[in-house]
Amino acid sequence: MLDLTSVLPLAIANADPDDGFLLHATVYLAAAVLAVPFAKRLGLGSVLGYIIAGVVIGPYVLGLVGAEGQSVMHAAEFGVVMMLFVVGLELRPAMLWRLRGPILGLGGAQVICTVLIIAGITMALGMSWQGGLAIGMCLSLSSTAIVLQSLNEKGLTRSRGGQASFSVLLFQDIAVIPMLAIMPFLAMVPEDDAAKALHTPHWQKAVLIIGVVAGIVLAGRYLTRPIFRYIAATQIREMFTAIALLLVIGVALLTQSVGLSPALGTFLAGVVLAESEFRHELEGNIEPFKGLLLGVFFIAVGATIDFPFLLKHPLGIAGIVIGLVVIKFVILFILGKVFHIGRDQNWLFSFALAQGGEFAFVLFSFAGTVDVLPIEVTTPLTLAVALSMMMTPLLLIIHERIVAPLMQNADAERHADDIDEENPIIIAGFGSFGNIIGRFLQANNIGTTVLDTDPEHIETLRKIGLKVYYGDASRIDLLHAAGADKARMLIVAVDEKEKANQIVSVAKKHFPNLIVYARALDYEHGANLFEYRADKWRHQNVGSALELGVDVLSYLGWSPFRAWRASRRFSRHEDETFKKLLKFREDDKAFFDKARQSREEIEKIFMADAEFKENPDHAWDNTSLKEEVSSQQEEQA
Amino acid sequence: MPEFDRKILVLFAHPGLENSRCNQALKEAVCEMSGVTFHDLYAVYPDFAINVKAEQTLLTDHDAVIFQFPFYWYSTPAILKEWQDLVLEHGWAYGQEGNQLQGKLFGVVTTSGGGPEAYQRGGYNHYTMNELLHPLERTAILCGMRWLLPFAVQHALTIEDHELVEAAKHYRRYLEAIRDDTLDLNALPESGLINTFA
Ligand SMILES: Cc1cc2nc3c(=O)[nH]c(=O)nc-3n(C[C@H](O)[C@H](O)[C@H](O)COP(=O)(O)O)c2cc1C
Repeated sequence: MLDLTSVLPLAIANADPDDGFLLHATVYLAAAVLAVPFAKRLGLGSVLGYIIAGVVIGPYVLGLVGAEGQSVMHAAEFGVVMMLFVVGLELRPAMLWRLRGPILGLGGAQVICTVLIIAGITMALGMSWQGGLAIGMCLSLSSTAIVLQSLNEKGLTRSRGGQASFSVLLFQDIAVIPMLAIMPFLAMVPEDDAAKALHTPHWQKAVLIIGVVAGIVLAGRYLTRPIFRYIAATQIREMFTAIALLLVIGVALLTQSVGLSPALGTFLAGVVLAESEFRHELEGNIEPFKGLLLGVFFIAVGATIDFPFLLKHPLGIAGIVIGLVVIKFVILFILGKVFHIGRDQNWLFSFALAQGGEFAFVLFSFAGTVDVLPIEVTTPLTLAVALSMMMTPLLLIIHERIVAPLMQNADAERHADDIDEENPIIIAGFGSFGNIIGRFLQANNIGTTVLDTDPEHIETLRKIGLKVYYGDASRIDLLHAAGADKARMLIVAVDEKEKANQIVSVAKKHFPNLIVYARALDYEHGANLFEYRADKWRHQNVGSALELGVDVLSYLGWSPFRAWRASRRFSRHEDETFKKLLKFREDDKAFFDKARQSREEIEKIFMADAEFKENPDHAWDNTSLKEEVSSQQEEQA
Repeated sequence: MPEFDRKILVLFAHPGLENSRCNQALKEAVCEMSGVTFHDLYAVYPDFAINVKAEQTLLTDHDAVIFQFPFYWYSTPAILKEWQDLVLEHGWAYGQEGNQLQGKLFGVVTTSGGGPEAYQRGGYNHYTMNELLHPLERTAILCGMRWLLPFAVQHALTIEDHELVEAAKHYRRYLEAIRDDTLDLNALPESGLINTFA
């Protein structure tokens, strides 16, 4: 039913059947690679970049892609499906429950008001009430893909306005289903087969839908974890990618087969898995696919804009687009006031959602098939929806550059953005070392997000109530998913040198603001970490070896305080020795081979130790004082 | 377990015990005494990480508190200051609700390089031992404790062995008197050192 291939209204130049898939892929990827960074640099955001790229390679400019824009649209719709899966992953059920008010209240109000008002306007322009209602339903929806992607890129998803937008989008995605069901009833001619198919086996369908939803929830709860653990234990990374894709595609197919929106199905699956320790790993694996497919979707939107039609009726189309955006904006803004979204956030919310959505394409074409709306109506409206989608990034830029700064001055006291599970500290590696520092921080109420790759480890730690996630912290996407762009510090505590170096270098490169502290397995490793720009490192053994040293000296009869001071002094000496060695190494790199160098280094260490021994503090030694006082007394006597 | 009139807590502080002669001797004289808890702060908290709760419990369990330390720079070694700052909490040791130390005895046992001739007007140190210990005295009184005159072993740098043995015996007898309540608190004078009276 959501097969966009059959419904895209703007069939244009036929594709050469010999054109290979690879050629098309090349065109799309090249367009993306050229246009998106450019658009970003201009401050336009990636969405607009993709759409412009689509316009350029589309049939009216370069003509590199034509009708196959449609078939690509089909694959690209999957980007939306994946996006909702990722969105679901970030939404724990508890939070979804918390949002139930905005989803039902705000979302419901937005859809109903917009449908009625647009229906009223079109009727005033001479539409039948059935046609008006159909248009109202089509245009009441906004673009989940564009809005979420744009908000995400600007880091606004967790702001109040962002959350309100999300709630409304979620309601709209659900509302598509009843809309599709209602559409045939609006037909003035007797129902055709498509309509029958939709509403005859009512109860069977209901049972099926409930069954599928329950299946997703139960399987997500009880089945996925053992499967993921089994896959994780193989330590083959691409297996995880495979199972993540399998999961999303499978759920999408399943829900589509019972007539639910696949996006909704994967969203549900995402929510169910949001509590899983594999959440970040899943997210990391899906993310690149999601991003690319969404990109292709935006390109397709650009490529399918019907320029000849636009040029024929420029004023009419412009009027529709502006009318659409203004009407939606006004309704959203009033609702935002009614639902007490703060001032600045209400502007964001209203700008963000003031466009038509991808589902309008589907609904318009369906309305055409069931004879509710004639092609003369759907063609300009579909074009207007595509153009309004293109306007969204521009509106958000206006908000960011002009409205938000004004608002900020107007009311300085505003709610901080809702931050849910963003911890200031990320620990990579929860083995013997990471687990101590992690528990230490936890005990002092410092929120920590833990990443580890040993499934058994994770299982135990989760049992005692710690938040541990499965995943390889040297992957940018996983660090992203764990919140590295917002966290204050990453602690690298993995027990493999190479891995630790890799994590430090990736983190420092991609998250320049993130402070990175690391565990060094030995001094050699410490030097490496230093080269990879770790902000601080500690030798994993020096601390505990010296602590045991204190115990040894105390056992030998030293006073514990003296032993303790000795250990502190030695630790300082150790740091200094290392610094000298580093310098020595740099100076003599060219001359010494490795073996020779390490022999020299050991000698240096011993020499440094020998010097050091002669230098303790005087430990409240009063010998000289005694001598002086005694000699004075003798003099007096 | 024999019952005593008072249980005594000795808070001992010497940062360089390996170089100590006087405090070592005094310590040996009392540390095994029954009715006395000998608590070496530098040994228990070499990193100065004083466990406040544990210290307060110790205080609650005893009826007399003795600071034993070498006199350093007219004051106590550092950890005793740290101990006061951390353990004598407002609302516990002092303040409207702070009455946990009320009625306990508080005494100082110290060793000083200087002798009585130095600790007087016109002497090397100008002030008497009592005057120099005013901060501790006020602290004890603020916490509702009974301040005892200092027990001081003087000329600690040059003291003869037999004198030191004698001083240690004195110290032991002093603690016994507190423990068994044979010290006539009402008969104590305003100033001077307690060794001359005990
Ligand atoms: C750091 C330091 C400070 C001292 N300050 C004083 C002082 O202010 N007045 C004094 O009479 N003796 C002073 N002395 C001498 C000590 O009181 C003397 O060394 C100590 O009481 C001897 O006891 P001990 O054998 O247990 O170490 C000081 C000694 C040291 C090491």
